[in-house]
Amino acid sequence: MTILEQGIGEIFTNPDPDEARAFFRTKSRRKSVKLTELADAVTEYVHDGDYLVIGGFGAVRAPMAAVHEIVRQGRRNLGFAGHTSTHDIQVLSVGGVYDRVDIAYVVGLEARGLSKACRSRFESGEVTVTEDSNHGLALRFKAAAMGVPFLPMRNTLGTDTFRYSTGRTVECPFTGKKVVLKPALYADVAFIHVHEADVYGNARFRGIQISDLDVANSAKHVVITAERLIPHEEMVRTPETISIPYYLVDAVCEVPGGAYPVAMPYEYYSDEEHLKQWLTVEQDAEKYDAFVQEYVYGCRDHADYIQKRGGAALMRELRRVELNLDMEAHHG
Amino acid sequence: MADYNEMELMIVVAARELEDGSSVGVGTGAPCAAAMLAQKTHAPNLLILFEAGGVGPDLVRMPISVGDSRTFYHGVRAGSMSDIMEPCARGMVDYTFLGGAQIDSYGNMNSTVIGGDHDHPKVRLPGSGGANDYASYCWRTMVMTVHDRRRFVEKVDFITSPGYLTGAGAREAAGLPVGTGPYRVITNMAVLGYDDATRRMMVLSINPGYTREDVQNATGFELLWSPDLGATDEPTAEELRILREEIDPQRYFIGRA
Repeated sequence: MTILEQGIGEIFTNPDPDEARAFFRTKSRRKSVKLTELADAVTEYVHDGDYLVIGGFGAVRAPMAAVHEIVRQGRRNLGFAGHTSTHDIQVLSVGGVYDRVDIAYVVGLEARGLSKACRSRFESGEVTVTEDSNHGLALRFKAAAMGVPFLPMRNTLGTDTFRYSTGRTVECPFTGKKVVLKPALYADVAFIHVHEADVYGNARFRGIQISDLDVANSAKHVVITAERLIPHEEMVRTPETISIPYYLVDAVCEVPGGAYPVAMPYEYYSDEEHLKQWLTVEQDAEKYDAFVQEYVYGCRDHADYIQKRGGAALMRELRRVELNLDMEAHHG
Repeated sequence: MADYNEMELMIVVAARELEDGSSVGVGTGAPCAAAMLAQKTHAPNLLILFEAGGVGPDLVRMPISVGDSRTFYHGVRAGSMSDIMEPCARGMVDYTFLGGAQIDSYGNMNSTVIGGDHDHPKVRLPGSGGANDYASYCWRTMVMTVHDRRRFVEKVDFITSPGYLTGAGAREAAGLPVGTGPYRVITNMAVLGYDDATRRMMVLSINPGYTREDVQNATGFELLWSPDLGATDEPTAEELRILREEIDPQRYFIGRA
């Protein structure tokens, strides 16, 4: 197949499906108890230099407890998929955790504004950047989940996004049309936050999926953080509700409020006041240092962080906003 | 004449472009307000899609994130990103709205880097997100933006999302889906479209309070002018009432009147 055009973006992970198969051949299929403390799971499954995927959609269902723990443990030189990464990469910027990023979307917190700390990391030239788009990255995860080396798409053609991407433009052998091939992305480790899990790692979540199912099917190691553990018997009563089955999962951690301060569908809304604080405090280096000392490095764990922010009363308030109960209350 | 501000006018103009029974991929903010207004006025059967996976919500409350649960509240799909991009790629999504830091005369948009070079940018912006996807696949791409020379430039620093690239026929030659492309640019000064022959930006109507000179002076490239150039229709009292009372009662996006 002739390559008509080639993106110059670095391919950070090996798209070879046989290399992946050799790994997955060795991955345990045992239905063993995988209940782990989050700090231990981060120690075991995140190594300096690994390629990391954070599930969710930045301000929604991102495993923020895991992100804080990765920063606290001081991991370095991680590769990262910015598959609409907002508050998650903002926090990962605290420790300068990453040094190479596939960017579909970073730096911004959607309509809330841009993260200065995250911008500085990219403007420093210390981070190697490969451009992508949300569909492009979604296809890269899907290709990996399918066990194929690439998938085709019909976007990015003619743009600088393509030029700095991993894409290869070829002529379709069936129609003669130009298509862009995207290489499979097998991450070393992925963290996904869910509503419920059992001790074996069977997990289910509600609301939008983003690319989390393909990510769970393609990452070499998968760590689940769950709002709550439920009995295995309860989980398997309705197999069709299981989003991620246990044989994909390496560790399961029970972390109530594990997405805070971002939103968890049907559980709690994002803490917009705190997200605004994050954006504001980044403007002042001294205040920023004190702020991350208090809310990241100075927290034993996520429960400690939530407690500092207002604990159960705050979470009740965010739950009311998520479920529109605050509107109903106003309407009387 | 009703009293209104420029953001309210832009939202009303954008809403009127969305026909009943069509589909639109939107983000948060003004485009979402426009889609909500269209649904509450002339287009009750407008299908609204959000790139993170939400489809057809009952938008009782403005989402803050493109993925928050308001994007699928009472909706028909709480799916994946691919569940949105695939119907776009199949040709089932008629309209989309994009934002960006820069736009050129062919509607190419930049939301990636400003100044410096790609690896050492002066300003790093978020990147494509779903913008390149939407701009490649949706039939008609619209932009809502403030009109000034910083945004309307002869050449964007980086083409994040494709407009008509270098002119007529360029999208098709690049391999993008046939018949897609930029459609409207809705600004605080004017409503613009694109000339069929050259694919360059063309002013369709000028907003109340601005002149032809104002619009050209705020644009970093030579504009074309529609032979039917007129004045932009103002919002009706009913459109403003719905926008203020039902869509954005806190005035998060429309600001003060």
